[in-house]
Amino acid sequence: MIRVRRSAVIDAPIERVWAVLRDFNSHSAWHPAVGPSTIERGEAPDQVGCVRDFTLRDGNHIREQLLALSDRDHVSTYCILDATLPMRNYVATVQLKRVTDGDHTFWHWESTFDVPRGREREFEQLVGGQVYEGGFTGLAAFLRRGGRRNSLHAVDSQGVVATSFGGPDVLQLRRLDSPAPRSGEVRLRQTAIGVNYIDVYIRKGLYRMIEPPAPIGMEAAGVVVESNAPGFSPGDRVAYACPPPGAYVTMRTLPAAQLVLLPDHVDEETAAALMLKGMTAEYLLHRTHRVRPGDTVLVHAAAGGVGLLLCQWARALGARVVGTVSSEAKAELARANGCEHPIVTRTYSFADRTRQVSGGRGADVIYDGLGREAAQENLAALATRGHWVSYGQATGAPDPMNLSEKSGTLSQPVLFHYTLEYLHQMAGHVFAALRDGILKPEIRQRYPLAAAADAHRDLEARRTSGQIVLLV
Amino acid sequence: MIKVYTSCVIDGPADAVWAQVRDFNGLPQWTPFVAESRIEEGQPPDRIGCVRNFRLRDGGVIRERLLTLSDYDYQCSYSILESPLGVENYVATLKLTPVTEGNRTFAEWWAEFDCAPEREAELAEQIGQGVFQAAFDSLKKLVGR
Repeated sequence: MIRVRRSAVIDAPIERVWAVLRDFNSHSAWHPAVGPSTIERGEAPDQVGCVRDFTLRDGNHIREQLLALSDRDHVSTYCILDATLPMRNYVATVQLKRVTDGDHTFWHWESTFDVPRGREREFEQLVGGQVYEGGFTGLAAFLRRGGRRNSLHAVDSQGVVATSFGGPDVLQLRRLDSPAPRSGEVRLRQTAIGVNYIDVYIRKGLYRMIEPPAPIGMEAAGVVVESNAPGFSPGDRVAYACPPPGAYVTMRTLPAAQLVLLPDHVDEETAAALMLKGMTAEYLLHRTHRVRPGDTVLVHAAAGGVGLLLCQWARALGARVVGTVSSEAKAELARANGCEHPIVTRTYSFADRTRQVSGGRGADVIYDGLGREAAQENLAALATRGHWVSYGQATGAPDPMNLSEKSGTLSQPVLFHYTLEYLHQMAGHVFAALRDGILKPEIRQRYPLAAAADAHRDLEARRTSGQIVLLV
Repeated sequence: MIKVYTSCVIDGPADAVWAQVRDFNGLPQWTPFVAESRIEEGQPPDRIGCVRNFRLRDGGVIRERLLTLSDYDYQCSYSILESPLGVENYVATLKLTPVTEGNRTFAEWWAEFDCAPEREAELAEQIGQGVFQAAFDSLKKLVGR
């Protein structure tokens, strides 16, 4: 058990210091090591029992629960619930005392916890130095600033705009304004943008998420250039995947709540390729359905941007992975990425083979982005009591179907309903899987931003595999 | 019952400050207002229950009993047995806490006592500032860097 104790004197009355510290979610505003932070389940940040979910600037992710809060004694106690750091049994107490001589504040910060043997000194320095002493300095600076931030203005941007609904030719590069970040927003200089099939649907007007002319695109990565939000500073490397469309641009202003900080091991191109598709694989395999060792998993478009990630991750979870692809070359790629049984078919016929390789059982879970054209085969390929997860409709919306034939369960999940609540957990999980070599992005196509129309042509013609990024 | 609380930061290590204040018979060495002091019945000055009998520079005599003394917590407490102050049920505590930033000392001194209601403000000022803060100021000069 390690005990860490640090204390300092802050040149401000105790009431001012406590007003900040009693807010369990305030640390992203003043602590230099803390990135974005949210309180789970929408609870008040001074509610005992509330949980803060935050990212450290080094990329680590932590959930902490408020155990006690006394406004009379100026004491706050909390513990770590989960962390990507190897710390166990961490309980910390912050206590303030009034220095009547000069009206300053004495701040005592103390904790006990366990770490793997031999790493005690490293963690004593990390917690005592970067976390506690860094916090003393950060809060003192925050109070001196009085919370004020710089004045901000609109800047020039360029973006690829859908000038009307239609084919790839409607995409054109235009000059745009990037508005000044309002409270809670930041402005990014984007460096890499992810291309997704949803961009095609939006361009065609199948998903009415824009009114042309307007830029499209759902995900990108870049560097913060101006911040009007706690937890983000100029120079931070970040990424996002969220509506509304508008990611095919050079400069973007958006709410900080949508951003995640990139750990050092994740470059911006990888982040742009993985935010939407990696978090999609994350929720499909871990949240909509929890894949277990021995499950038979059927992945359509197994060599596609999401498909490859599903194959890699499902295989790492111990599943038997069956996938459909449109060519022999894609079958090879899928096989190399964990798909034990790739099925080459351009006519959506895969049910017999799926049952065959699973000893007649069928697929315990089907990840279906195809929709209408493959619906009958999917029902035939589904195991009894299987789970059919329809997360895309490349061939149109399926007709209603009789799932009682298999006692099947149908889910129609949408990524953004998951990121609404679990963004930082999901992104953290994806980055960890990337670090551990479970996810291996296959960025096989890179286009300049101005050539976004070419990217769409190739994607629609099934000429692409893996992830596609636009570079700024 | 009223409570008086005084605290300050002394620019010296807690060990050095504690070495001054842990001597229950040492008031003449570090406070500006005590002329002389002795421990009654020849007891050692760090024995719980011992009584110090001291004379102020203005002539008043005070007897106080040591109630607790902890070298681990840098803390001691005592009660007044007799004094010219006009207080009852007076218990005071002096506590030091290290300030790791700058290797300094956070010193706290508080007292709880009963007195005539019309004297509360006057006594709070006299004890909080005239005694505790004045003694702290003197400690800062003795131990401070």
